Amino acid sequence: MLIRLLRRFLRPYRAALAAVVALQMLATMASLYLPSLNADIIDNGVAKGDTHYIVATGAWMLLVTLVQITCSIVAVYLGARSAMRFGRDVRAAIFHRVGQFCAREVNGFGAPSLITRNTNDVQQVQMLVVTSATMMIAAPVMSIGGVIMALREDVGLSWLMMVAVPVLLTAIGLIVSRMVPQFRAMQSRIDVVNRVLREQISGIRVVRAFVREPHETARFAVANAELTRTALRAGRLMVLIFPTVMLVLNASSVAVLWFGAGRVDSGQMQIGALTAFLAYLLQILMAVMMATFMAIMIPRASVCADRIGEVLDTESSLRPPSEPVMTLPGRGELELRGVSFHYPGASEPVLHDISFTVRAGQTTAIIGATGSGKSTLLSLVPRLIDVTAGSVLVDGIDVRAIEPDLLWSRIGLVPQRAYLFSGTVASNLRYGNPAATDAELWEALSVAQARDFVAAMPGQLEAPIAQGGSNVSGGQRQRLSIARALVRKPQICLFDDAFSALDLATDARLRAALGPLTEQAAVLIVAQRVSTIIDADQIIVLEGGRVVGLGRHDELVQTCPAYAEIVSSQLGLDAA
Amino acid sequence: MGHGPMAGAAMPVEKSLDFWPSARRLARRLAPERLRVLAVLTLALVSVTLTALGPRLLGHATNIIFAGVIGKNIPAGVSVSQAEAAARAAGNTNFADMLASIHVVPGVGIDFTALRQVLTLVMALYLAASTLSWLQGYLLNDVVQASVYRLRADVEDKLHRLPLGFFDRQPRGELLSRVTNDVDNISQTLQQSLSQLLTSLLSVIGVVTMMVLISPLLAAIALVSIPASMLVTALIAKRSQPQFIATWTHTGTLNAQIEEAYTGHDLVKVFGRRREIEAIFEATNAELYEASFAAQFISGIIMPTLMFIGNLNYVAIAVVGGLRVATGSLSLGDVQAFIQYSRQFTQPLTQIASMANLLQSGVASAERVFELLDADEQVPDTDRPVRAGVRRGRVALDRVSFRYLPDQPLIEDLSMLAEPGHTVAIVGPTGAGKTTLVNLIMRFYEIDSGRITLDGVDITAMPRAELRRQVGMVLQDTWLFGGTIRDNIAYGRPGATEAEILAAAEATYVDRFVRALPHGYDTVIDEEGSNISTGERQLITIARAFLADPSLLILDEATSSVDTRTELLVQRAMAALRTERTSFVIAHRLSTIRDADLILVMQSGRIVEQGTHAGLLAAEGAYFRLYSAQFAGAVVEEERPAPVADQHR
Repeated sequence: MLIRLLRRFLRPYRAALAAVVALQMLATMASLYLPSLNADIIDNGVAKGDTHYIVATGAWMLLVTLVQITCSIVAVYLGARSAMRFGRDVRAAIFHRVGQFCAREVNGFGAPSLITRNTNDVQQVQMLVVTSATMMIAAPVMSIGGVIMALREDVGLSWLMMVAVPVLLTAIGLIVSRMVPQFRAMQSRIDVVNRVLREQISGIRVVRAFVREPHETARFAVANAELTRTALRAGRLMVLIFPTVMLVLNASSVAVLWFGAGRVDSGQMQIGALTAFLAYLLQILMAVMMATFMAIMIPRASVCADRIGEVLDTESSLRPPSEPVMTLPGRGELELRGVSFHYPGASEPVLHDISFTVRAGQTTAIIGATGSGKSTLLSLVPRLIDVTAGSVLVDGIDVRAIEPDLLWSRIGLVPQRAYLFSGTVASNLRYGNPAATDAELWEALSVAQARDFVAAMPGQLEAPIAQGGSNVSGGQRQRLSIARALVRKPQICLFDDAFSALDLATDARLRAALGPLTEQAAVLIVAQRVSTIIDADQIIVLEGGRVVGLGRHDELVQTCPAYAEIVSSQLGLDAA
Repeated sequence: MGHGPMAGAAMPVEKSLDFWPSARRLARRLAPERLRVLAVLTLALVSVTLTALGPRLLGHATNIIFAGVIGKNIPAGVSVSQAEAAARAAGNTNFADMLASIHVVPGVGIDFTALRQVLTLVMALYLAASTLSWLQGYLLNDVVQASVYRLRADVEDKLHRLPLGFFDRQPRGELLSRVTNDVDNISQTLQQSLSQLLTSLLSVIGVVTMMVLISPLLAAIALVSIPASMLVTALIAKRSQPQFIATWTHTGTLNAQIEEAYTGHDLVKVFGRRREIEAIFEATNAELYEASFAAQFISGIIMPTLMFIGNLNYVAIAVVGGLRVATGSLSLGDVQAFIQYSRQFTQPLTQIASMANLLQSGVASAERVFELLDADEQVPDTDRPVRAGVRRGRVALDRVSFRYLPDQPLIEDLSMLAEPGHTVAIVGPTGAGKTTLVNLIMRFYEIDSGRITLDGVDITAMPRAELRRQVGMVLQDTWLFGGTIRDNIAYGRPGATEAEILAAAEATYVDRFVRALPHGYDTVIDEEGSNISTGERQLITIARAFLADPSLLILDEATSSVDTRTELLVQRAMAALRTERTSFVIAHRLSTIRDADLILVMQSGRIVEQGTHAGLLAAEGAYFRLYSAQFAGAVVEEERPAPVADQHR
């Protein structure tokens, strides 16, 4: 997965990365050349006492050094740029992909995990790329260059490298392979820690109201301890690497001197070559060690890449139509034809064989017990979920055949949980219709019975709204959420229990004001209060996912026992 | 319920360059492990010293080989002084000088016995050094993990001591980024850089000492590179540090955007905002890219630059050393050892530099975490708590004023009294401060003036935990944590038995729908609660409060999403629960309000009227107007809820 991810997202930067490799190669060759020049100084200068030669070679060395730094800096520039662009692109790809997801996929991963994957996991892979692109690319170049240069000095000693390098690689390989499972465990433990913290932050009021801080702290301590235990285990393996590498490195230099001495003694090798060989060997091993640091990062990065890949490979369960309908007659008509829905694996369907039609200008209300499938029914229309049998038709066309953006542009949705986005009142109202004028906003606010309190807010339309709408009261949030849907001037209005936080008078005023605005629209209302839906052209009574009553209020009171029961329960609640 | 403007709410974006204070503070956090830190330092010191001795001994080995080579070239029988004289006679004074400076036995090749001895010693040294270095790394790993564990625990602990207003102002994703991304980054920085940093620093010291011992002149040349390196690093790091800070700030912003987009996922889609959301994301993502690229590039320059300085140094030593060997004032072995030292000394310097970006990034994160740890905490609990005599649930507010923002009064000069066992209904237009009022009773926020007493004791004179333990609260927000339904109900009272949990579930009609679920009480609720309906969530939150069995009950729109038949049943159960308890109810249901012992009519943060239903109606004041506006048309038999023309509030 890691490789696939790298290949896919580094492709646009192939040229830059090739340049990095070339430049690093040049820089490495330059730095490899230095010991060779140094050997010249010793063999031709020092041994012969030629001071002029020493100085001239010194000047040459200086020039080589200059070439090296220039190449290095340009390589760092290109490397850092490619790596960071890689990170940027992956983040954008994940965000884009999640944007296509349906509620099912989002809930499948869990929003917190998606967030971690979008930032933290990308961070890990990006770190691997940036270190390899700026530093580690030099490692293989350095070792190969080192081998070539060392062989030039003395072929007879090269068997030493044949021993040292594999020994080193095997040792590192053994350690790193043990680290991978630890890192895999670590990343999922980090997920747990993040989840607990996120829950604590989002549920802070409940935690405090029930004085469960000690419990939460204990819960966190468990997650924290488990993460620490895993990190300790991974760390203990990691600290083995450096001493092992140093030992192999140092043992090699001792061996070079011992075996080199024999060759020098028998005249097969010059003493300057011995010194240079030593330097090259150290350089090769240093390169291997650098590669080791990269190897340390690979386990965690590959785990993260897997998690990113999971997101990128997940197809949205909302299949866009292959030949989408690009225009709608715009009648604003909604029909459900034999609609059933059940969650995968569930034994009982949530909705069972439901059929009804809502014409433009008509209001259909859905009422039923908690958990009877009202919200599920509503979410079939904008395809937040898709039917498992039957079909939902807008203007006579199956919603699954309509281009999603076109479908959505016709819908005004007021969800049960009135969620506002951080920004201002205006930015929230314009959410579905950025072109709306201030006058249109005020009009929608009037209908939603929100005009007065918005007018009283400092800054009015420009008054700030905190994330989720936490700085306005529940009733205010609900009305802004209604206004937001109205600003779109939708042909199909979906109100999911949208009046629950309103008092009865406001509810009544709102519905009265809604009339003229929805003359051309099909309105579908989920409600708890009979008073809210008493005027509806059609009332659907849901029980256990089935329609047990369909008709107007007056008829249903007579014919539908379930409805009559609801009505009488409300008398108990609200009536005198 | 904060009213903070979002723009000013996030912590300041541009920060001064606080690298060293934050770095020092991070280091200080290792203090509890000081014994182990001391052991680590000692081990590192010994191991580095042993490693530093290596090249010196290897230099001896080179000298032995060199002497052997020279010696072999001088015919046996010729003494060294003769050879030297011969060389001088031949005009090769340099070679003569060199001969004089080393131990040569003419006619004899390399002394392998001596060489073996030296090399064995070196090998033993290296072996010891590696073992010690491993031990040191092992201990340091323990130290780092223990410190990061404590840092995380401290951050979590801090969350519970922050005032609620802090969470209202801070975008959730931004805060989360601090407690996850930043803490994680610190942990990685410490783990990856501390060990190397330590060894590298000690290596520099060890190597410098050895160099001075060999040749003060060459050492002086080499030493020039230390201040040069430090200066260069400082200059570059100064420029990259703000970029690192920007990187992590943008990461926080991006995290907040992602969090918000994913939380409101369905709305984003249906309102056709995907493109706009992506555009905003792209913009922040691009900013993050710019900052992180600048940070990586600028700090990435450090390493090549130091390598350059190191190479300059290498060239200088090669040339000057070469000249001095040629003139005989230095042995070749010494120069070779010296070059090895200078390599060894450049290498840790370069390594420190390569750690620089990691370190800078880590410190930038540390700064953000410290900022959180330093955030103002809520007023600490009183250290001399007053014990209430009898717990009866008498709540009194005496001239209470409260505002989130200095210029926006929310609760003004409010007084009221709730007698034990009474039900107090709070009514008023939305935004009148009803929720704020009950938040104040819970001491979620500190009042600006006046006092709130529970059974005669000022609530600030008792620990918050004690106050809240007496209160059962059902909030508007139906937050449940990711766990089973059983655990979520049990959240109300630690140590509740299964029977008690079931009893609470039955009383609040949770049992009815839970039985229909395939996994019953073991059904796991995900955080966003997609598998059960909002009304069902509400019932669970009621069961949770029911189980807590408090002496004071606060119900804030507790049943707004529950169907009315169930609501009726729940309300009956609640009424039974309430008989013994004082309760505050915010609701729209007429029945609840009408039966209340006390009705508070709130308007813009003030109680404009209070009394019983009958009394208030008779007074024909605000309540009367509110009642006629809200409830007159609500009775179902009247068929039509006549819209009221006069929108009096």
